[in-house]
Amino acid sequence: MPTKIEKDSLTGTDTTGHEWDGLRELNTPLPKWWLYTFYACIVFAAVYVVVYPAFPFQGATGLTGWIAREAVVDDTRNAQARMAPMMTRIREATPQQIADDPELRGFAIAGGRIAFANNCAGCHGAGGQGAVGGFPSLADDDWIWGGQHEAIRATITHGVRAGESDEERISMMPRFLADGVLTLPQVRDTAEYVLSLAGQATDVAAAGRGAELFTENCAACHGERGEGNRDVGAPRLSDRIWLYGGDKASIVQTIAYSRAGVMPAWGPRLDPAIINMLTVYVHALGGGEN
Amino acid sequence: MRWFNHGIIEKNLVLMGVLTLITVSIGGLAQIVPLFTVESTIERVEGVRPYTPLELAGRNIYVREGCYLCHSQMVRPFRDELERYGAYSLAAESMYDHPFQWGSKRTGPDLARVGGRYSDDWHAAHLRSPRAVVPESVMPPYAFLDRLLNMGDIADHLRAQAAVGVPYTAEMIANARADLVAQARPDLDGANFSARYARARQGTFDGNAAVVTEMDALVAYLQMLGTLVRFSDVTPEQVRQQ
Repeated sequence: MPTKIEKDSLTGTDTTGHEWDGLRELNTPLPKWWLYTFYACIVFAAVYVVVYPAFPFQGATGLTGWIAREAVVDDTRNAQARMAPMMTRIREATPQQIADDPELRGFAIAGGRIAFANNCAGCHGAGGQGAVGGFPSLADDDWIWGGQHEAIRATITHGVRAGESDEERISMMPRFLADGVLTLPQVRDTAEYVLSLAGQATDVAAAGRGAELFTENCAACHGERGEGNRDVGAPRLSDRIWLYGGDKASIVQTIAYSRAGVMPAWGPRLDPAIINMLTVYVHALGGGEN
Repeated sequence: MRWFNHGIIEKNLVLMGVLTLITVSIGGLAQIVPLFTVESTIERVEGVRPYTPLELAGRNIYVREGCYLCHSQMVRPFRDELERYGAYSLAAESMYDHPFQWGSKRTGPDLARVGGRYSDDWHAAHLRSPRAVVPESVMPPYAFLDRLLNMGDIADHLRAQAAVGVPYTAEMIANARADLVAQARPDLDGANFSARYARARQGTFDGNAAVVTEMDALVAYLQMLGTLVRFSDVTPEQVRQQ
């Protein structure tokens, strides 16, 4: 029990009256600024509970009637109304018309950059540089399905092999080894010939043997000299840009087991105006064709 | 003259006990009362179904690896969130989540609507080596998920979920293992998988159809997140909480 409460000479504060072997404890009060802030928080909480929806009962909305889900609807509607004049023009124009109009183009590039960062950059890279593994670069002129405005817009809208649109980009390369069309030595020879198309073959004899195999099995889609065919999404093989890696092992893997990259259809997900803005933005990344 | 002195409470055992009881009761009520009204906060939207066995296994991996520490699954009702992620999350969308994965930390992006935004190939490549596809990512690699999935106890996981209110039928529990394999290896599907789980996509999620891996399970789970409710069909009346 406290025995003797006395004033500490050094600090001027009362002691608690407890004493342990000559040690005494100061009874220092809480700082005033802290105490009043604490009281203010209690008052704020009491007001908040009354004004905003705080109780989980039917019809309990608080005095203001404010509801987050209705507030965001208003917020979105107001923003859409502000953007509506430009968005309507963007929605109703073709990508080519947008690109030709400096005002629309500036708006579309700015909006397309944001939409690209949010929806496309995960696979195609923040700058459209793509990534090895089937994520094509959009900043070069090596297009798989076409680099004109309308072709880019069709790819974005309908996707590639995603099964989300009747008009999607779809083609299926055979699995030449897995389905028994070619033997493993034949696959290796064909790969060597594919490397030779871009002047990268190391085994001239094997490339020579692969030439005939290429003509019989690959040329129908990829072209006699590997120039590619955008109608069926067959990539050009005569350059040094590779989707799944340009070393021989990767090419053997591609021929043996095929590849089938997938891109979602964005038509069901994005406003047509956003898709137009993305089209103009991607076209302007560096490889757009007219 | 002081109008309040905690010394009075500290020296009176009965008074201290009564006041402690009142304080603890307020805290307890704030946690317990909402549980009795939870039914009225779940929106009446269509499409939400229990997780398939493969998705549930993937969800268990999501929890095991602590994905929730960096990724939330809750699109909040603010315009910036709607612009980035899509429709705000509904209570109905996590009514079969035990435990829920709403989270509050966003070192990485919110995942509530990640389903279908990327290809399966991308998810597998990204989980194996995030920086191979997103150079600026700070996510650690999860290449070890290519190991075989332990599926021996999947029926018990369904049973445990059923015990806390998820409507798994006896048929679903009995076929749990077959359904799990059927979703990851559609070439083997002889069972009635798609009739039991509406709008569940079958596929070779990790790119390898021969075996069922942890990667299969996690990608299957990620690819269905936020896809069950068709927001184009949802009316304002349906999302009203009452």
